[in-house]
Amino acid sequence: MAAFDEMLGPTADGGCRAPYALVRDWLDRTPPDHLARKALEAEQLFRRIGITFAVYTEGGDPERLIPFDLVPRVLDAKEWAHVSAGLEQRCKALNLFIHDVYHDQEILKAGKVPEALILHNPSYLAEMQGLDVPGGVYAHIAGIDMVRVGPDQFYVLEDNARTPSGVSYMLENREVMMRLFPDLFRAHPIRPVGHYAEELLQTLRSVAPARATGEPRVVLLTPGPYNSAYYEHAFLADEMGVELVQGDDLVVHDAVVYMRTTEGLKRVDVVYKRLDDDFIDPLVFRPDSSLGVPGLFHAYRAGNVTLTNAVGAGICDDKAVYTYVPDMVRFYLGEEPILKNVPTWRCHDPDDLAYVLGNLHDLVVKAVHGSGGYGMLVGPHATRAERDDFAALLRAKPHDYVAQPTLALSTCPTMTGSGVAPRHVDLRPFVLSGADGVRIVPGGLTRVALKEGSLVVNSSQGGGTKDTWILEDGEAGEGA
Amino acid sequence: MLSRTANGLFWLARHMERLDYVARLLDVAQRMSVLGGAKSPSEWTSALAASGSGHAFAAKHGAVTPKAVIDWLARDPDNPSSILSCLATARENARAVRGALTSDMWEALNTAFLDARRFKGGDFEESGLTTTLDWFKMQSLLFNGAYSNTMLRQGPFFFVRLGTFVERADNTARLLDVKYHVLLPSVEEVGGGVDYYQWIAILRAVSARRAYHFVYAERIRPWHVAELLILRQEMPRSLRSCYEQIVAQLDALAEGQGGRVGECHRQAGETHARLRYGRIEAIFQDGLHEFLTESIVRTRALGLEIEDFYFA
Repeated sequence: MAAFDEMLGPTADGGCRAPYALVRDWLDRTPPDHLARKALEAEQLFRRIGITFAVYTEGGDPERLIPFDLVPRVLDAKEWAHVSAGLEQRCKALNLFIHDVYHDQEILKAGKVPEALILHNPSYLAEMQGLDVPGGVYAHIAGIDMVRVGPDQFYVLEDNARTPSGVSYMLENREVMMRLFPDLFRAHPIRPVGHYAEELLQTLRSVAPARATGEPRVVLLTPGPYNSAYYEHAFLADEMGVELVQGDDLVVHDAVVYMRTTEGLKRVDVVYKRLDDDFIDPLVFRPDSSLGVPGLFHAYRAGNVTLTNAVGAGICDDKAVYTYVPDMVRFYLGEEPILKNVPTWRCHDPDDLAYVLGNLHDLVVKAVHGSGGYGMLVGPHATRAERDDFAALLRAKPHDYVAQPTLALSTCPTMTGSGVAPRHVDLRPFVLSGADGVRIVPGGLTRVALKEGSLVVNSSQGGGTKDTWILEDGEAGEGA
Repeated sequence: MLSRTANGLFWLARHMERLDYVARLLDVAQRMSVLGGAKSPSEWTSALAASGSGHAFAAKHGAVTPKAVIDWLARDPDNPSSILSCLATARENARAVRGALTSDMWEALNTAFLDARRFKGGDFEESGLTTTLDWFKMQSLLFNGAYSNTMLRQGPFFFVRLGTFVERADNTARLLDVKYHVLLPSVEEVGGGVDYYQWIAILRAVSARRAYHFVYAERIRPWHVAELLILRQEMPRSLRSCYEQIVAQLDALAEGQGGRVGECHRQAGETHARLRYGRIEAIFQDGLHEFLTESIVRTRALGLEIEDFYFA
């Protein structure tokens, strides 16, 4: 299965695609030991700034760096225009869908999405029914995972509307690249990403409760320093200039949320929560949660505070619900989806299940509620025994799984132990939806599977990241 | 500012200051033990007492040996006030309130934490100890420099500085009290040669040997040393200086909050007045050890009042 190489192009005849011309030239004229030295410098920078990602399950040093690859991933203006138009359309549909399932459920009544899939879904929170949220926005920050298999073929792989993370890497990767290779940035017309935090703050302010007077007070709610994404929480709070709060810092009186400060209690209007819904309020959800705030959900229902992303938005993260997103675009917007889904077999459908069981060696099977690359089988790379184990799981709980063809994810040049070589990549752009519209910073997080041939890009499973360059319009050049 | 943030900043500074103090304490013990002709391990016992962790040490180790005390005070994770524990706790605090730190502060702390991993067993043996302790003292100095030079003069800065000086007030009293413990078993030696060098060891530990001569232009006298470390305004580690700073930070905080003051302000002011108008003769008359013990109690009570007023 030949993968599309984003630098060399589909034919791999020694040519180079236009957006990569400068990168190719840079790689050609930079001595390998110089690159190696820069890679080391980059690692020291990341460690000094303290950008670490905690992986607690595997022992060893829990504070590790996500490997950063120096070779940037490049999209030209035309490619990005296509992707961003598709993202905007998709996120509009997702927000309309979430609003719908918690209100009139038109899409279920119309039979476009099976009722049972939604109403019996653990991510569907009945507590949200009938609640009107500001601007009708639920997925204020969405991370849409995309893959590419050809020059014009982009697919959406997953929607992350619960608490998508990784945007700090998009920002810090750019910072580090600019520090290490200022000359590259002078030579390339690269669109900046540094204004993300400002856009985020605007988005959050736009959904403040109507009764908030003056500048709405926004806070970022983190589970605390032991959370794997804590660095990102602190980073974003700092960039936005808002308080980084933990559950204990907030208190609810008469359905109004306050934070405890050295000057007494201060009213809070918008909570950007980086905490799973289950944990936000022990009075309504998990009673054993010590990370949340008792009474927070009541204040939310009373319209005195806005939670972002909205409680219950995680219904979109379900990988079976994902298969219906193109239908949502048609149903709510009356448009054809700009971005395609990966063809997906729904294992709850007996015909699909039979096909999946017969073709496990060719397919990728995913748990519908899973994330982070866990609970997943990559058929072609699995052993016979692993496939048999998974088949048993599928037969026992078909509703919990979907399957997709093993895609030949595109590759980008990447530094490896033995020089620069192609490695598979994906892309997570971040889409901000506010009451005043959709904002997309031109860029995203490119994740790269560092192991040769591997298709798993998750940072918890040995993936790395790259800086993602979106080129300015009209600068792509005419081939090389 | 969030109460939790203020609390984190306060304790971050306290742990960096304590790290410095424990390093200095070990340095004193080391110097005194070299002077004393190794008659008894009293220098090490006194270092333990002055660290406030004598009981926990006894429960774990029993007998006092130089090696056991050095390990306990320098790097034992079971001792929350060991140098390495202080550094780890300070960094944990820093991580939790990172948004309130300047990048220079974070880098000073984080680099110290990462670099401290290179110290191995041999670095904590008596022969290599001084070099190791110097490195740790340097980290505390770097941290203090980083925050003094880069933080805005606002709430967060006042809480960090408050932490530094509340801890230092406690530490200075304890350090001076080491002398009391060392002398206990052999009161008859007062004024002897060993005594002289022990006072010098204390002065050196707080980097004040030359300062002493500037201020007194006289040979080392116990009451001068005590006065220097308790009552002298010029001495940046004296109890009086510490309380002057504590009062200044509390006043600055109150000013930023429209004059809001509490019991912590009253207690700090009272103790400061006592130090400002106190005389060393009177202190010796009533007993230096008693005075120092009371100071430690007062500082602890003040810490609790600060928590109550700002962090609750």
